[in-house]
Amino acid sequence: MIDFLMQPWPWWFSGLVLAFIMFSLLLFGNSFGFSANLRTICSIGGAGKTVKFFDFDWKKQTWNLVFLVGSILGGFITSEFLSLESYTPALSENTISDLQELGFSAPNSIQPSELFAFEAIFTLKGFFILAIGGLLVGFGARYAGGCTSGHAISGLSNLQLPSLIAVVGFFIGGLIMTFGIFPLIF
Amino acid sequence: MKFIKYLIVGTLFGIVMSKSEAISWYRIQEMFRFQSFHMYGIIGVAVFSSAIIVALIKKFNVHDMAGNPILFFPKNKSTVRYLLGGILFGLGWALSGTCPGPMVVNIGYGFMSFGVIFIFALFGTFLYGVVKDKLPH
Repeated sequence: MIDFLMQPWPWWFSGLVLAFIMFSLLLFGNSFGFSANLRTICSIGGAGKTVKFFDFDWKKQTWNLVFLVGSILGGFITSEFLSLESYTPALSENTISDLQELGFSAPNSIQPSELFAFEAIFTLKGFFILAIGGLLVGFGARYAGGCTSGHAISGLSNLQLPSLIAVVGFFIGGLIMTFGIFPLIF
Repeated sequence: MKFIKYLIVGTLFGIVMSKSEAISWYRIQEMFRFQSFHMYGIIGVAVFSSAIIVALIKKFNVHDMAGNPILFFPKNKSTVRYLLGGILFGLGWALSGTCPGPMVVNIGYGFMSFGVIFIFALFGTFLYGVVKDKLPH
């Protein structure tokens, strides 16, 4: 048991737990969609005074904000108590060598230090990558009406064609970035 | 107290996303390079099992804990907003290696740089609200 808790969890287990989370939220009378929190936080910040899109009763979304706080807590618990001292994800050799060609060093944690080390925030290129990445995700999620949880999980499981279109869009964008733009910026 | 169940489920989400490495930029790169089954396995099992759950809820008219029937509302029919919004989202997903959920899980994990991503995701959402009526939907 302890051994299972400390090792990385297999994909099928993660998938089943995500379905359980989706089901729990339905039983609680809500539905799984994480990016709605971004709109809620804009609203709490007062964006509703100037922009109509944010003028809604955000208090009905309190449950989702609590879910968000739990997510932060879950990340903290994992890194503090449920992770081995140092470990590297068992990544595909092809991915490692492709990334090395782009100038990334061999992985020694779950995130590349080139992009996510604290110091990266204070370099011009590092800051722009984080900023533009976040901007695109936030803008795109709302334009598409949902993110991976809302469209890929909630939407696809309800056989929604719009969600399938959105997920196809996610992949078109991801492939353009990976194969078209990465070679230009890295 | 009525929110404690959301805290528990949210915590489970944060743990499972980190333990299965779905919060890793590397794993998202593997996915977009089609070099590993890992992320497809996670999303595939999640969608397949969720689809069975949704079908059973509809078939047996399952009610939520408050006694209300669980209803599913069809999303508005359109192509342009889902496709264009999806493409912008995908560009950001591949660049930052994270979608909105894993952003905050990463912050909890200790990667403070994801705080910058999250702040700009809020800004992106705000920007959408500002220009919304000028965009094709």
